[in-house]
Amino acid sequence: MSIEIANINKKFGAFTALQDINLTIPQGELVALLGPSGSGKTTLLRIIAGLETPDSGQVSFNGKDIADKSIQQREVGFVFQHYALFRHMNVFENIAFGLKVRPRKVRPSKGEIEDKVQELLRLVKLDGFAKRYPGQLSGGQRQRVALARALAVEPEVLLLDEPFGALDAQVRKELRRWLRRLHDELDVTSVFVTHDQEEALDVADHVVILNKGQIEQLGTPEEVYEHPKNPFVYNFLGNVNLFHGRVQDGKLHIGSLEIDAPEYKDSPNAEAISYVRPHDIEIARNPGEGFIPATILFIRSVGYSVHLELRRGDTEDFVEAELSKEQYKELGLKTGEKVFVKPTGLKIFVPEDYSI
Amino acid sequence: MGKKEISIQENLSTERPLVRWLLIGAALLFLLVMLVIPLAAVFIKAFEDGVSLYLAAVTEPAARAAINLTLLTLLIALPCNTIFGLAAAWAITKYEFKGKNILITLLDLPFAISPVIAGVVFVFLFGRPGLGPWLDDMGFKIVYAIPGIVLATIFVTFPFMARELIPLMQAQGTVEEEAALILGASGFKTFWYITLPNIKWGVLYGAILTSARAIGEFGAVSVVSGHVRGLTNTVPLHVEILYNEYHFSAAFAVASLLTLLAVITLLVKSFVEGKRQNDKIQI
Repeated sequence: MSIEIANINKKFGAFTALQDINLTIPQGELVALLGPSGSGKTTLLRIIAGLETPDSGQVSFNGKDIADKSIQQREVGFVFQHYALFRHMNVFENIAFGLKVRPRKVRPSKGEIEDKVQELLRLVKLDGFAKRYPGQLSGGQRQRVALARALAVEPEVLLLDEPFGALDAQVRKELRRWLRRLHDELDVTSVFVTHDQEEALDVADHVVILNKGQIEQLGTPEEVYEHPKNPFVYNFLGNVNLFHGRVQDGKLHIGSLEIDAPEYKDSPNAEAISYVRPHDIEIARNPGEGFIPATILFIRSVGYSVHLELRRGDTEDFVEAELSKEQYKELGLKTGEKVFVKPTGLKIFVPEDYSI
Repeated sequence: MGKKEISIQENLSTERPLVRWLLIGAALLFLLVMLVIPLAAVFIKAFEDGVSLYLAAVTEPAARAAINLTLLTLLIALPCNTIFGLAAAWAITKYEFKGKNILITLLDLPFAISPVIAGVVFVFLFGRPGLGPWLDDMGFKIVYAIPGIVLATIFVTFPFMARELIPLMQAQGTVEEEAALILGASGFKTFWYITLPNIKWGVLYGAILTSARAIGEFGAVSVVSGHVRGLTNTVPLHVEILYNEYHFSAAFAVASLLTLLAVITLLVKSFVEGKRQNDKIQI
């Protein structure tokens, strides 16, 4: 089922939670709503589910407006942030609830419910846990029960609110890969809310980046990471170095550096902010074209790559860099040494367009 | 070294033995004078003239009528207040609306004003000065009759259920209800399968408090009852009449029934209290 969201506005008192949201989620996709807290992502999810009513605008499933459909009639699956399992029911009763409360005419028989629950328990790898109560389960297990409960009614739309937010890092990674596989096996359209950019980029087909109730950018993980539309997105999707400078006649000036910026060829003399990812900072022992002197303050060598913190010799600003282990060994860098850094792959923004 | 540590800990966590024993002693003495002796006195006085007189006092027609009336009042007041309390707690905890604070304040009204005033209000409202003559014409009698007693009892006991449920339901939030609605459960099924099981011990606890007060209520009921023996006397009023007529043993015999009920209520209450704690544990 596809989801179309048109001109949605929502205010809570004086606080604007969502402002003029337009978004289409195609059938069968796994989409992440990504943003900092207070960006409106959960509100948007709750509006799709019918738990909140928008002040204006409309939500459609398969092109049909669902404004007059009650929460029950929308038939979506929803996984709550803290799972919201029914604490007085065991795992079996939790999963069976959606089937048991159906009107008599469309209610499956006892045997059918039993089969369905067992099938779901196998799917979420919790066979043998049917008689346990939520209080006797770990966070990851509760999460999977919540998912099985949502899937029991065979929804065509699955909505997940920070599904992995309360889990530790290891379980989190495992579960999100598993969710991706599950999504591919089932014929559902899934939307999940997260504030973790890594999570969103890792599993989603498309990422919707929200900030202050508005959509900043929408695209595939590669698109938003490689071609961020504005400073907010750039900042939000991972570590960045910030270089203040000026653009003039197609050149960007940062301190003593001069870098070609052809897209600003016609723009007048203006202040500019440019961003560089740590892994796009080159480090050399000797000065060269486009290099700035810098001092190594700190080296952290954990895992595949080596992180360096440096201070620029010209402006005293900090620079973060990331090297592979090989590069690091080749250069033989040590804390306190004077080296030269060169920002590459600069992304330039002129602040009058965007305020940060 | 170890010894020193222990003594430091003792100083931190407890008073000196003398102070400790004085405090405990004072508390026990107070309980003895204020609670244990009067309680014992009730039963001693009740059985003073022998068991047969005791049984006669609690089974004579006027006493039986008083017991029946008290039970009838409870039977009406308890369901009314349970439904009202559930509705009020539901509205206050699950919805946002204007005037919510006024409603919460009004809930406490019966706690704040003297029960006698509550009784007088009903007399004014439904008696001679108020709707009384019109009600007489219609063939209803409220004041100085059973309906008045029931109304007064409902009035003084209505905060108990709501007061018990509001904090409980606030702590539990609405997320389980939301989950049930999304799974397709109707409003009633959500209430029946999700909300009610989560608050059942709270409801029972509220019911115990309501019952205890309804059975024992004196002031408000006294004003609206009219003291017609065998007709509009509840158990507490009956005790008073017996006492005023110098039937001390009989008065204490009937009073012992109330006391016994109170003790049973307390036992049930302490059992439910333990269970109720489980409701509050959040997952």
